[in-house]
Amino acid sequence: MDLSSIKPALLLASLMIAATPVIYAAIGELVVERAGVLNLGVEGMMITGAICGFIAAVNTDSPMLGFMAAAVGGALLSLLFALLTQYALANQVASGLALTLFGLGVSSLLGQGYVGIKPPSTPKLDIPVLSDLPGIGTVLSAHDIMIYLGLLLVAAVWAVLKYTRIGLILRAVGENHDAAHALGYKVVRVRVLAIMFGGACAGLGGAYISLVRVPQWTEGMTAGVGWIALALVVFASWRAGRVLLGAWLFGGVTVLQLNLQAAGVAIPVEYLSMSPYLITIVVLVIMSSDKNKAPASLGKIFHASS
Amino acid sequence: MKFINLLASAVLALGTASAAVAEDKTKVGFVYVGPVGDGGWTYEHDQGRLAVEEHFGDKVETVYQESVPEGPDAERVITQMALQGADLIFTTSFGYMDPTLNVAGKFPDVKFEHATGYKTSDNMANYSARFYEGRAVQGHISGKMTKSNIIGYIGSIPIPEVIRGINAAYIHAKKVNPDVQFKIVWVFEWFDPAKEADAAKALIDQGADVILQHTDSTAPLAAAEEAGDVIGFGQASDMAEYIDGPRVSSIIDNWAPYYIARTQAVMDGTWESVATWDGIAPGMVEIGEITDKVPADVKAEALALKESIAAGDYHPFTGPLKKQDGSDWLAEGEVADDGTLLGMNFYVEGLDGDIPQ
Repeated sequence: MDLSSIKPALLLASLMIAATPVIYAAIGELVVERAGVLNLGVEGMMITGAICGFIAAVNTDSPMLGFMAAAVGGALLSLLFALLTQYALANQVASGLALTLFGLGVSSLLGQGYVGIKPPSTPKLDIPVLSDLPGIGTVLSAHDIMIYLGLLLVAAVWAVLKYTRIGLILRAVGENHDAAHALGYKVVRVRVLAIMFGGACAGLGGAYISLVRVPQWTEGMTAGVGWIALALVVFASWRAGRVLLGAWLFGGVTVLQLNLQAAGVAIPVEYLSMSPYLITIVVLVIMSSDKNKAPASLGKIFHASS
Repeated sequence: MKFINLLASAVLALGTASAAVAEDKTKVGFVYVGPVGDGGWTYEHDQGRLAVEEHFGDKVETVYQESVPEGPDAERVITQMALQGADLIFTTSFGYMDPTLNVAGKFPDVKFEHATGYKTSDNMANYSARFYEGRAVQGHISGKMTKSNIIGYIGSIPIPEVIRGINAAYIHAKKVNPDVQFKIVWVFEWFDPAKEADAAKALIDQGADVILQHTDSTAPLAAAEEAGDVIGFGQASDMAEYIDGPRVSSIIDNWAPYYIARTQAVMDGTWESVATWDGIAPGMVEIGEITDKVPADVKAEALALKESIAAGDYHPFTGPLKKQDGSDWLAEGEVADDGTLLGMNFYVEGLDGDIPQ
């Protein structure tokens, strides 16, 4: 065993990469749930975003267009969910699960012929001030733009929810849709927009996996990240800042277990591989004590007549 | 009544006619563990399938099923293929061994061929390649090329074949570079680009500047390319799309001649259940082009090593060798027997860590 070979700075740098897909998906889902909608289709939207982004990036040779296509793809798929739950008033849990299954299927259909292809590489940003910082310079600098955008997105969602009128309306719709309706807010419209935002974010998270982290296309390559994102929203008790924390924790354990293995730590590999999920579960159990933080109308169907 | 009789006999005649047509063609089935586009293991098996089609033309019909999970699902897929009238079925991953054996018991008239396992029956043969011969060449190049003296190895599933590869690579890296150290990460998948990429990154973070892989995707090479100044090898296939990047050589599995020969044997009725284990000499294992990144003298040595293995002058597991725990394995000049190699479940002396059980 040689723990000295694990370099903390490099570990933290790869933690940022491992956490990014979860951050995108979870922050999107957080907005959806704050609007009172429970969309369990995150995994499906992520994988759809992953393949849409991959196809666009390969065909246009531009990773940025790829990410845009991923956002559009994720949002389009989520529109299906919006249609089912907001207009057809279908059960949200069932619709969300169906969306995941549908997304997995449609992505492997779209992905035929894209297996084993190399996507264009996403350029790295070298931010001069950041890279000069002692100690954390390596952690924060020389990442691709999507990592920084992810962090900005979390900050933006936090600020919008806390300080702006739009955030207030969104929260009102999520806490009590009847009251919001009585005040004259368009509950359904707000929710559809929130769902689409969630879909776009999940799509970006998926594309981050297929375009940056791996980078390659394989069926089912998101491998459960969407579910982790869903769990993280609960873990974060619907607060943006804590989503970041949770994602880093999950990403950190994921990266750490591989590093521990490479350093030859004498813990059976099976325990290490299940540790990220185990820790997520443990934290969820601990956090579930403050349940009162959930939006009051979460998962409830709204119809103007009722 | 007469009319119905007539109809019945017509249907019967048609039935036998179509059966006769079907029998003209030999139907060959392939069960793959990954997608045919993985660029590695499954890709090469599919190249073998295409070679069979090209060689026999109209006389053969091939079917395949990709991304079949190892385990009970495989049994279902193999049964389905046998029911659809396949005459010969190749199951191309270690984990298909028992499913294949089970199905072979139910379909005594169908011939089965299982890759990389060790069980056979009256109508089930097994075949594999001596990948460790290629690993020896790879280890030699790695030992010469590494500057950090740390070589990262991505292990898939801890079965003898993979452990043999690690040992062969280590022995030959150590031989040319006594300071070399192997770091091994197990991902417990044959094909999972995300995990393979993460594993490669973790190894590179810990100072590895050579990445060897026993997994099927090109993701570790992509990670090496991104890190820069890290080299890797094509696994199971040439992975030539990384030839300008990190890929300095490769081990290529060439299944085509074997598949053609076995299909021919089924056609001729001479098929027998055998255990085949071929290496570099018969061409089942090929060494892909060694690029200019490798200095000329190292390349020459690597090719000489390959030649001596092919000629039978040198066996990659030649004593003196000790096991990891320090106990003696092979005495000076002694060569490992196939039985020990096929069941290899120990690291050789010098490797760190335990084999996951």
